[in-house]
Amino acid sequence: MSETALDIRNLSRNFGGQRALRGVDFAVLAGEVHGLLGQNGSGKSTLIKVLAGFHEPEPGARLLVFGQEVKLPVPPGGFRRLGLSFVHQHLGLIPTLTVLENLLLTRLATTQMWRIDWAAAAAAARATFARYGLAIEPTMLLGRLSSVERALVAIVRAVEEAGGTRAVLVLDEPTPFLPRRDVERLFVLMRQLAAAGAAVVFVSHDIDEVMEITDRVTVLRDGQVAGTLVTAQSDRDTVVRLIVGRTLTAAAARKSVPATAPAVRVQDLSGGQVERLSLDLQPGEVVGLTGLLGSGYEQVPYLLYGALPARHGRLVLSAGTATVIDLGHWTPAAALRAGLVLIPGDRPVAGGVGALPIVDNMMLPALATRFRPWLLRRPAMLRAARALGETFGVVPNRPEFAFAALSGGNQQKVVLAKWLQLQPRLVLLDEPTQGVDVGARQLVFRAIRDAAARGAAVLCASSDAEQLAEICHRVLVLARGRIAAEIAGPALGKQAIVSACYGMAA
Amino acid sequence: MTAGGGVLDLAERYGLTVALLVMLVAFSLLRPETFFTWSNVSTILGSQAVLVVVTLGLIVPLTANDFDVSIAYVLTLSSMLIAVLNGQEGWPVWAAALAAVAMGLAVGAINAFFITVFRIHSLIVTLGTGTFLHGVTLWISGSMTISGISDSLMSIVIVHRLLGIPLEFFYALLLCCLVWYVFDYTALGRRLLFVGRGREVARLSGIDTDRVRGACLIVASLLGALAGILYAGTQGAADPVSGASYLLPAFAAAFLGSTSIRPGRFNPWGATLAVYFLVVGITGLEFMGVSSFVQDMFYGGALVLAVTLSQLVRGREEQQI
Repeated sequence: MSETALDIRNLSRNFGGQRALRGVDFAVLAGEVHGLLGQNGSGKSTLIKVLAGFHEPEPGARLLVFGQEVKLPVPPGGFRRLGLSFVHQHLGLIPTLTVLENLLLTRLATTQMWRIDWAAAAAAARATFARYGLAIEPTMLLGRLSSVERALVAIVRAVEEAGGTRAVLVLDEPTPFLPRRDVERLFVLMRQLAAAGAAVVFVSHDIDEVMEITDRVTVLRDGQVAGTLVTAQSDRDTVVRLIVGRTLTAAAARKSVPATAPAVRVQDLSGGQVERLSLDLQPGEVVGLTGLLGSGYEQVPYLLYGALPARHGRLVLSAGTATVIDLGHWTPAAALRAGLVLIPGDRPVAGGVGALPIVDNMMLPALATRFRPWLLRRPAMLRAARALGETFGVVPNRPEFAFAALSGGNQQKVVLAKWLQLQPRLVLLDEPTQGVDVGARQLVFRAIRDAAARGAAVLCASSDAEQLAEICHRVLVLARGRIAAEIAGPALGKQAIVSACYGMAA
Repeated sequence: MTAGGGVLDLAERYGLTVALLVMLVAFSLLRPETFFTWSNVSTILGSQAVLVVVTLGLIVPLTANDFDVSIAYVLTLSSMLIAVLNGQEGWPVWAAALAAVAMGLAVGAINAFFITVFRIHSLIVTLGTGTFLHGVTLWISGSMTISGISDSLMSIVIVHRLLGIPLEFFYALLLCCLVWYVFDYTALGRRLLFVGRGREVARLSGIDTDRVRGACLIVASLLGALAGILYAGTQGAADPVSGASYLLPAFAAAFLGSTSIRPGRFNPWGATLAVYFLVVGITGLEFMGVSSFVQDMFYGGALVLAVTLSQLVRGREEQQI
């Protein structure tokens, strides 16, 4: 029986009234690769953030690292001294520095080094890489390495910082953007580290990868441990069922939209991670787009709007006569003229300007059409904004206030009002209820349904399966840039969507 | 907003105006026989028209979040072109002025090209073009002050007066009204504001942000060239160096102005007010017998203080209910 490297007992964490973690027990043995799985919002990231000292756990939790009791909360940045180390998806490397400088980054930042013996440091780094069977030259610029080599450097750095073999290494989604053959190289390194006595926690959405590399798997669901399994003794379906949960709620009966001539056809769209995507949308239809991290689903709205450059693709809009648009040369201004609107996910950066009044944020795309652009009259603008605020349920409905003064949900209502007042024929949404409270969520849904009822086609990208199940007529699930599954009709439900994301038929 | 908030709001809006009046009264009481004379006041109003126009030229790209430090060198080159073409080469003054305007438009277009096409920071580009223009000015003038500018220009700029104030003050006022109209009453002005404050929001709202920024830089250089024409008309001559001394006061006034009238935004009335606030301060101190090196210390200090103040105003605006 190997030693327990990481032992978490009775860990809870609340955010406001929400319980993100509830009495979680989680143990990882030295020499083991342990998978940590769960849907978005299951508590994975909260667990990791407690270990890294970002979040303070609720009283009553205990943490033991290699048998040593650790006083909670972990002081910020103090995890290294405990032998814990993290590699996040954004590896925390600086491409314009050399590999060696990146390896020394933490030490350079935290300790006073008056004289650095670069030759000796390079030799030591070379020896370290050799020990792991890696042929990486420390004097190279990091930016010239391939993405998998960068990930390998980040992992080696993490292990070395945590003190080599007696370490707990947490790899948080290191693989979603890597091609399959490169993932194999990461796995080789992970096995080497485990064989040398380290404990490796592998957080991933990709069940196949987890089944391949891990010795055991712990699944979190709704902030609790749904189960811990020995990988070799279980199968893929068992794990997916643990992730999704057993309780299957019957999907609400929904009317599908009668098939007429599609209002919008997307043909052969490629760009970002999206590869040759084609889809049709009926007038009045709400179609969901989802998938795991790295599948590219969240890029589709931006590609269709011209906000992200597409490599190629066509958009056919039919209203009487068909307009064929080349998405390779497409801009937001042209999209807007063609009757498309995009409601972006990143509200503070892309949705509205916090310091400017609500009225200006709301009316920005309608200045030329709803008002006299060469003689704007403030009272008329305020009146129009107040009327829109009333329709969309903005509280408080005071358009002269700064946008930032509103809560997240009310900001989203303003952004919806801003775009839906244009009577678009295609509404593109990215995470429409991110950071939106429960009450406002229903008003956001209502606004989307109303737009569809007026004949707009709606395409909604979201990682929230529950929300998609509630508002969509049809949900497309993407994997590695392509449509992997389509769920519609009575089968459309939260569990079916999540299962499809993990590559399992509903 | 509460009543207390309303009072604070008013204090902030008109604080600078009140401070300017207080300063005028104070200096008038201290030096009644020299400072508070209509001739002195009208001289201040007229002679600073050039600085007002430069400041207006700055707040246009500043609103789009771009800096133009070449504007003062456009001013110098513009006045020098008029002196050389009209004074030395014998061109009619209107043709020389047109050449200066064309030069301003061209410089603005070059600035815009490098900033929006190659994504180079505006501060760097305009620092480079400004220094380049300074070299051109020295070249065409032979590093000498050149006089002989036609009296007709001087007569419509400074000799003719309305209410005892030189006409150039009213030209600056007219430009201020024009900027105010565009900023506050046109769709263009709204879009400009969003380009400066939330470029991604503007882009996703279908605004061609590069075109807007480019247009602002061209307007800035155009106003710089117009300021040069006023400068040539005020002095009747052009010297190759003194235009550069407008840069710092103009930046100080632009930022100080953004704490007043429309706090949190670069605005033409605040900027104009700030120009006169700074100038009255300096003139008053000089009337008190303070040496002229104080001018640099005063403007330098004012710039840092003004930017600090404008940051505070903006920071608070973000959290404001």
